[in-house]
Amino acid sequence: MNKTVNQKAWFFVLPVVLLVAFNAIIPLMTVVNFSVQETFGDNMFFWAGVRWFEQVLQSERFHAALGRQILFTAIVLLIEIPLGLAIALTMPRKGPWVSVCLVLMALPLLIPWNVVGAMWNIFALPDIGLLGRLINGLGIEYNYTRQIFSAWFTMVLMDVWHWTSLVVLLCYAGLVSIPDAYYQAAKVDGARPWAVFRYIQLPKLKYVLTIAILLRFMDSFMIYTEAVVLTGGGPGNATTFLSIDLQKIALGQFDLGPAGAMSIIYFLIILFFSWLFYTLMMKDEAR
Amino acid sequence: MKRVPWLVPTLYILFLLLPIYWLINMSFKTTNEILGSFTLWPRNFTLDNYVKIFTDPTWYNGYINSITYVLINMVLSIVVALPAAYAFSRYRFLGDKHLFFWLLTNRMAPAAVFALPFLQLYSAVGLFDTPIAVALAHTLFNIPLAVWILEGFMSGVPKELDETAYVDGYSFWGFFFKIFVPTIAAGIGVAAFFCFMFSWVELLLAKTLTSVAAKPIAATMTRTASTSGYELGLLAAAGTLTIVPGAIVIYFVRNYIAKGFALGRV
Repeated sequence: MNKTVNQKAWFFVLPVVLLVAFNAIIPLMTVVNFSVQETFGDNMFFWAGVRWFEQVLQSERFHAALGRQILFTAIVLLIEIPLGLAIALTMPRKGPWVSVCLVLMALPLLIPWNVVGAMWNIFALPDIGLLGRLINGLGIEYNYTRQIFSAWFTMVLMDVWHWTSLVVLLCYAGLVSIPDAYYQAAKVDGARPWAVFRYIQLPKLKYVLTIAILLRFMDSFMIYTEAVVLTGGGPGNATTFLSIDLQKIALGQFDLGPAGAMSIIYFLIILFFSWLFYTLMMKDEAR
Repeated sequence: MKRVPWLVPTLYILFLLLPIYWLINMSFKTTNEILGSFTLWPRNFTLDNYVKIFTDPTWYNGYINSITYVLINMVLSIVVALPAAYAFSRYRFLGDKHLFFWLLTNRMAPAAVFALPFLQLYSAVGLFDTPIAVALAHTLFNIPLAVWILEGFMSGVPKELDETAYVDGYSFWGFFFKIFVPTIAAGIGVAAFFCFMFSWVELLLAKTLTSVAAKPIAATMTRTASTSGYELGLLAAAGTLTIVPGAIVIYFVRNYIAKGFALGRV
C-alpha cells in the first residue's frame, strides 16, 4: 500500500510510545545502572565500569547456561517446525471438523505457564503419572527428577506439547489462503504431491514460517516458568537455562551487578537474532 | 499417510489431550487415591476439591484477581493500539520503521530481566500489589503485539474506503469509529484474544508485582504447593479451572483464530 507522508501521525502513536516507554525504558535503565555499579547494601552504589560484564562473559557458569539454552532452543525448533508443518498439511481444509481441530489444538496455548509445568510435573512422575508409568512399564528406566536424559526428554516433550500448535495454526492460516485455482493448475500439469508442496505451498508459507520461527525462537530462548515448575533447573544444573540462572543470581543471591550485566548480554543476544529475522521478513514483504 | 490423512492430526490431538485428561482425572480424586493407587479414572469420585476452591476466598479471589488484570490489560492495550496501528498502516512519518521495530523489541525482552526493576518501579509509584500494576506491566508485550496484529488487518483494508468516506463528508473520527472500526471488528477480536492469552498465561511478572491483595490464581497455586505439602487433588482442580476461561475465549474466535495467528497477514 502506498502511504502518504504525515508527521501528525505521531500523535496517534504517542499513547503507545508513552506507555511502552514507561514500562521499557525505566526498567532497562535500572538494569543498566546495576550492571555498571557495585553495591555493599544500604543503597550505596559505586562505579564498577565493565567489570561485571567481563566477569559474566568469562564465567563458566554463564557459558554452561548459554550452551544449555542454545541446545534446548535448537532441539525444540528442529522438532516443532517440521512437525507443525506436517500436521498443518494433513489437516482438513473444509467441513465441521476444522473448527473442532483448531479449538482443541489451540487449547495448550491458553493454559497458564506454571499450570503447564505443574501438569507435566504430575503427568511424568514415575509413580503416579501416566507418562512415567507408561515409560517405566516398557522397561525403560525413567525418572526426570534424577536422570539428566529423562529431564531433558520431559522438558522437550513438554515444550513440543505446549507450542507445536502455534506452528500448526500459522502454517494452516498460510495454507488456506492459497486459492483453489493453483491446485487445479497443478493437477492439469500433472504435478506430483512433492512438486505441489515445493512450488506452490512452500513459497506461500514462507512468511508465516518466518513468524513461526521468530516467535518460537524468542519464546523458547526466554523459557522460565514451565521449566522452573517442572524441574526447578535440576537434576543438579542440568536444565538450568538462562532465565532460571538469571533469577537465581538476581533474586536468590541478590548479586545485582552480575545479574544486570547478564540481563543486558541476554537481551542483546535475543535482539540480534530477532533483528536478523525481522530484516529478512521485511525484505520478503517488500517483494 | 496418503490414505488416511486424518490420522496425523488425530494422533496429535490425542497427544495434546492426554496430560489434560490426567489433570482433570486427578481433580476428581481424593489425595489418598492419588498417592495410594494408580487408577486411570477416579474410583472414589469426589467434588470436594472444587467445592473447596469455590468456597475458600483465598482460592476464588485468585481467579477474580487474574481476570481483573487481564481485562484491564486487554481494554487498555486495544484502546491505545488502535490509533497507533492506523498510523502505521496508513501514514509514513519520521522514524516510523525504527519505532515499529523498537515496539517489537519489547516483545523480545525476557520477563526474567524485568522482574526486579518492575518491582522497584511499581513500588516507587505506589501501585505494588494492585491489579493495575500487573495490567500495566503486561502492556509491555501486549501493546506491541496488538499493534502488530491490528496493523496487519488494517493494511488489508483498501485505502479507497477512507477516501470515499471523506468525500461523503465524514470527519476523521466519525469515519474512524462509524466505518473503520466495524470493518476491522474481526481484527480487534483477534487482537483482544491475543492480549487475553498472553496476559492470562504469564506468571513471573504477575507474581513479582503482587503479594496478598491482588495475588493471581496461578501464584496461589504455587504457594499452596510449597506451604501445606502436596494437596495434589486440590492443585489439579485449580489447574483445571484455569483452562476454562481460555477454552471459552477460543470458542468465540474459532473462525478467525488461524488468520489471527498469522497476524492478519495472509
